[in-house]
Amino acid sequence: MGTVIFPEWLNTIIRMVIPMGIILALAPVGMMYLTWLERKVIARIQDRVGPNRVGPYGLLQPLADGIKMLTKEDLVPEGADRLLHFLAPVLIVVPALFLFTLLPFGPGWVAAPLKTGLLFFVSIGSLGTLAIFMAGWGSRNKFSLLGAVRTAAQLIAYEVPLVLGLAVIPMITGTMDLGDIVLAQQGRWFITTPWGAAGFLILLTAGLAEVARTPFDLPEAESEIVAGFHTEYSGMKFALFYMAEFLSTLALAGLLSTLFLGGWWGPVFPGPLWMGLKTFLLICVMIWFRGTFPRFRMDQLMGFAWKVMLPVSLMNLLGAACWALIPGIGGDLMSLILVFGAFLITTQLWLAPKPQLTKKWSSRILEQP
Amino acid sequence: MSDRLIYFFLGLFGLAALVVPLLPIVLARFIAPKRPGPVKEQPYECGMEVEGDAWVQFRMHYYVFAILFVIFDVEALFLFPWAVIFKQAGIAGLWAIGIFVGVLLLGWVYAWQEGALEWEQ
Repeated sequence: MGTVIFPEWLNTIIRMVIPMGIILALAPVGMMYLTWLERKVIARIQDRVGPNRVGPYGLLQPLADGIKMLTKEDLVPEGADRLLHFLAPVLIVVPALFLFTLLPFGPGWVAAPLKTGLLFFVSIGSLGTLAIFMAGWGSRNKFSLLGAVRTAAQLIAYEVPLVLGLAVIPMITGTMDLGDIVLAQQGRWFITTPWGAAGFLILLTAGLAEVARTPFDLPEAESEIVAGFHTEYSGMKFALFYMAEFLSTLALAGLLSTLFLGGWWGPVFPGPLWMGLKTFLLICVMIWFRGTFPRFRMDQLMGFAWKVMLPVSLMNLLGAACWALIPGIGGDLMSLILVFGAFLITTQLWLAPKPQLTKKWSSRILEQP
Repeated sequence: MSDRLIYFFLGLFGLAALVVPLLPIVLARFIAPKRPGPVKEQPYECGMEVEGDAWVQFRMHYYVFAILFVIFDVEALFLFPWAVIFKQAGIAGLWAIGIFVGVLLLGWVYAWQEGALEWEQ
């Protein structure tokens, strides 16, 4: 009896296929229990009990929801583009699943250890915009179309600070491989550096906007545009939009803990447990936001992205450069001053009362001969 | 493991991932009831009768944002290769990228001055 030695090609296949299979099997389950967690936590915030009828602590509630969704009639509005209407929920889930293949859950525990993992994560993550627009256009409903247009505007606005905020990581680590980024945080998690703390906040804000969660949930602002781009979806297709939203929330929390909270580094416990714990805490913070924050107004949302987030994330790049080039406390201070100064100045400019350019109509009438 | 091999497996993963959304949709097709009706299939309009078509031309007041997005997203893409070799490139690289970003920032200031960053005028 000796150890069985697989041929090289079989080894490769096993190494790739097994983690991918695990992701495909576990991601939907994780998403289902995320809905349960969210409902429970929000219920507590709002002084309610939340789901508690189906199973102990309502633990079987997601399963019951799934069965309910399966038995609901699938309506397609008259005159809709049936192909786009069908493809949109499919195409929004697939990129969200891709995101998990890139996250390192433990030392070497990554399904696809790409050298350009960071860039691949962003590019795959932004594919959802297309599916959302397909849903809005294909439904042939005014609310859907307005919701899709609005969502596209929001997603592209926050894409820019998101990508710029990510660029500080390869500046300091010199790599875009997510596993190597975690390795680089062995001694010091990036959130403890000034540019890391600012980058974490920038990415948390922009990321929340990208996955359209409170306070950036304008795409589904029910008081204005019914349910936005998924107004005309029912049954399982509707559930798939929620699945995509929760999956990308999970992936966002995973990315943030990978990049700034040291990924799987931590004392005593094994790495994957730490990664899970950090992701879980970030998810809880996001649910807490949802329970407490009001929604942005559309012009505030766009103004915040273009007038505050964009310059602040650029200044954070400069701050990180200063931190790397100036040794000692000087670099820390310089980095802090740049980001904080940019934030103070841009928020003042953004919130300043706008100059009244046109005269009031009454004075214009009086001027006329 | 080469990146090309990983991309190949990612492609396979994409095909396998199609099962996750397609399986419930197909299942629902067998399980869910199907009772279509003319009123049921109307586009939702808060219970009112449908007024006009949704596929009409209307003012997209954010095409300027779309142009700005293209500019800054491409800029961000150009930043990544520089960011990876930032430590080797040193001060000279910082100057070069600073001038590149600075030119775009001038355009951003101009856009703000012109009111292109306001959502509704």
